[in-house]
Amino acid sequence: MVSLKVNGTTHNLDIDEETPLLWAIRDNIGLTGTKFGCGIAQCGACTVFVDGQAQRSCVTPVSAVAGSEITTIEGLAGKEAEAVQAAWTSRDVPQCGYCQSGQVMSAIALLKENKKPTDRDIDLAMNGNICRCATYVRIRAAIHDAARALEI
Amino acid sequence: MTAHDPKLSRRSLLTGAGALVIGFHLPRAARAQSGAGAAYRPGGNAAFAPNAFIRVAPDSTVTVLVKHIEFGQGPFTGLATLAAEEMDAAWSQMRAEHSPADVKLYANLLFGVQGTGGSTAIANSWEQMRKAGAAARVMLVQAAASAWKVPAGEITVSEGIISHASGKKGSFGEFAEAAAKLPVPENPPLKPASAYKLIGKEGAVKRLDSADKARGKAQFTIDIHAPNMLTVVVARPPRFGGKVASFDAADTLEVKGVVDVKQIGSGVAVYANGMWPALKGREVLKVTWDESEAEKRGSAELIAEYRKLAHEPGTVAGSHGDAEAALAKADKVIEAEFVFPYLAHAPMEPLDGYLEWDGQQALARFGSQFQTTEHQTIATILGLPLEKVSLETMLAGGSFGRRAQVSQHLAAELAMAAKAIGPNRPVKVVWTREDDLAGGYYRPLFVHRLRGAVKDGKIVAWANHIVGQSFFLGTPFEAMVVKNGIDATAVEGANEIFYEVPDFRCEVHNPKVGVPTLWWRSVGHTHTGYAVECFVDELLQAAGQDPLQGRLAMMGDKHTRAAAVLRAVGEMANWKGPGPVDGRARGVAVVESFSSFVAQIAEVSMGPDGEPKVHKVWCAVDCGVAVNPDVIRAQMEGGIGFGLGHALYGEITLDQGRPVQTNFHEYRSLRIHEMPEVEVKIIASTAAPTGVGEPGVPPIGPAVANALAALGHGRPRQLPVKGGTV
Repeated sequence: MVSLKVNGTTHNLDIDEETPLLWAIRDNIGLTGTKFGCGIAQCGACTVFVDGQAQRSCVTPVSAVAGSEITTIEGLAGKEAEAVQAAWTSRDVPQCGYCQSGQVMSAIALLKENKKPTDRDIDLAMNGNICRCATYVRIRAAIHDAARALEI
Repeated sequence: MTAHDPKLSRRSLLTGAGALVIGFHLPRAARAQSGAGAAYRPGGNAAFAPNAFIRVAPDSTVTVLVKHIEFGQGPFTGLATLAAEEMDAAWSQMRAEHSPADVKLYANLLFGVQGTGGSTAIANSWEQMRKAGAAARVMLVQAAASAWKVPAGEITVSEGIISHASGKKGSFGEFAEAAAKLPVPENPPLKPASAYKLIGKEGAVKRLDSADKARGKAQFTIDIHAPNMLTVVVARPPRFGGKVASFDAADTLEVKGVVDVKQIGSGVAVYANGMWPALKGREVLKVTWDESEAEKRGSAELIAEYRKLAHEPGTVAGSHGDAEAALAKADKVIEAEFVFPYLAHAPMEPLDGYLEWDGQQALARFGSQFQTTEHQTIATILGLPLEKVSLETMLAGGSFGRRAQVSQHLAAELAMAAKAIGPNRPVKVVWTREDDLAGGYYRPLFVHRLRGAVKDGKIVAWANHIVGQSFFLGTPFEAMVVKNGIDATAVEGANEIFYEVPDFRCEVHNPKVGVPTLWWRSVGHTHTGYAVECFVDELLQAAGQDPLQGRLAMMGDKHTRAAAVLRAVGEMANWKGPGPVDGRARGVAVVESFSSFVAQIAEVSMGPDGEPKVHKVWCAVDCGVAVNPDVIRAQMEGGIGFGLGHALYGEITLDQGRPVQTNFHEYRSLRIHEMPEVEVKIIASTAAPTGVGEPGVPPIGPAVANALAALGHGRPRQLPVKGGTV
């Protein structure tokens, strides 16, 4: 039995301890906003927050995060999340949209740490998130938009 | 065919393919028993459904049923724009969802079957969706006129509000029920372009799917969960053409959560309660493969064979004058050989599908790109009449050609997996990234051997030998789509070029190789665009001509749209030659694909690590009427990023027939720090709209290569430029 606290709710799951958090979230808890893209922490589609830090859920065994506060895209709250999601929508960032949950999570994590990221800061924070549609021009612009919105 | 593209093209190939499929089996009752309003009710609680495409609800929301799959290129937004324009709807009331599979109602008018591809969504829907919207408007106006007892001609509609000079006003929802009782006009008048409020208007339309996709709310196939559902992963042969000889599932069945193991046509299927047990179960599955008929050649062997073939006479795909004679008497022949690797599409959402059935009827839900043929494949395998099988198209996490399956292999695997476990066990088949990259259906490996001659500053001869697999040869479609030995998808963009050369020849070889291949975003232009635009640049350089002015001079007056995008991109970039200036050089390329014209200029430097750095790309596009300018810009940006990533880094290599790259650490994908700044100009046009999903891709590779040549590094003869791991 593994106990996971996701978006403020505790779930007791009868699953293998080495089950990646990604599959526990998706298959056992039923939250599907967090996506599977590679399974080896190369694409970032599975990004969640563990105690506030962005982490790749596809390589995180559930045993490693028992007792931690896990936040998925469904559980986002706060001004950074609002600013990022508003910027993503008004810039029409997504194309296929499949990687965008992970992109949004990484962008929020960046803005929580860095209120006014430069292009270089964005490169460093976001280069673990692959977008095969290559929406990168708009991701960059939307992060700058969100940073500006947070200044006000 | 309403296409303005008379050449044998991907579209006409598909029309042929469709005709073949329809020819062998399509129940006449299909229309009566399936489609809108029958199997399930797309559009929800619509009160007014004037045709197959428009649903107006009592709350005035207008849902457009979109016959094309949305996997990023914007058909939800584009087709809804066309309908909303003619309805005079407010954009905020518009919604979109996929139409059901029904070839009678939802065929791609350029294919003859329901399907998406060849950048045709807007092109084939242009008139159909505007007429659908116009018909709805006529009926809503007539309903209001009758209620208000005023002439219909006195009524105006704006932003979704129906009004009359007397002060009467009403919403679509208020008149939906009355409108539903009126006859449907057969040929409603369409607006003149001067009256457009949405089409072509900057900022008037936002994508309908952005908000959900930014919030993790969009539902993809992989997100489907159903009671009693099993997740299925399949162990497939490590070499193409391999088969299961035997398997031992004892250890697999010991894994907690694994429910069953079955041999199916594509391999051995592991059924489990969730993805993790399915993967664990597959890991310990022991399969012995029969590889007696498997392809065992590697990329190196294939390239060597192709290079040899490129020196032998092939099938003539294009010719005028006498290229061989002109080359024979030339003072100097310039020769270049270009090698293109196998490429995976690697959509972010790997292939997947959901199917439930009870032995009598079935519901399949997945990112179906060729609904008509996939619908039939599933029905055939399950042994059910077509009308007992519903196919619901899901949003898909990218395709780039991967879901447009000539072979129907995913639909077939899905149906086989469901059939093997038996009725009343819904299945979700999921491919991993490793499955995806090792799974074949690649952009074929190609070799181009080009020879040319210049004299007095002009290109006087051009000969091209193209060698690569056809993904139609050897399939049931061969007889239909390969004409005179020419598969147009292998030579498009190379057998006819913009440039006037007196003696020209293009020959092709399509060797048989046991590696499954498929179209990949922009199809033949992925390699012909590179070979042609690099080689013309090289010849112009030898002739002492400017790359941009030299191209324009050779276009004569026959290629006005290509010349216009080239001039436009030159103005955008303030072109003054390739440079280099301060360590940065510029390269140019122009390609027509899918009847759209795109020219790009790339500004490039060489990084300290020996990797090219692309700083900026200017892009001019002529795609006819620009329905959604911002979607067009997004497709150019994305096409440039997709094309650039593969030109610089992407390759699938085969070692003794086995794919080497297993995941994104080896199949390197462009990342944000490698994405150039992009500036796009859309050429104003009154021509019928053409596609934008693919045409942004072909010019970027050669534009970068030509810039590298200006930097003194030569044009890369073998792609990818860099390759390697992350």
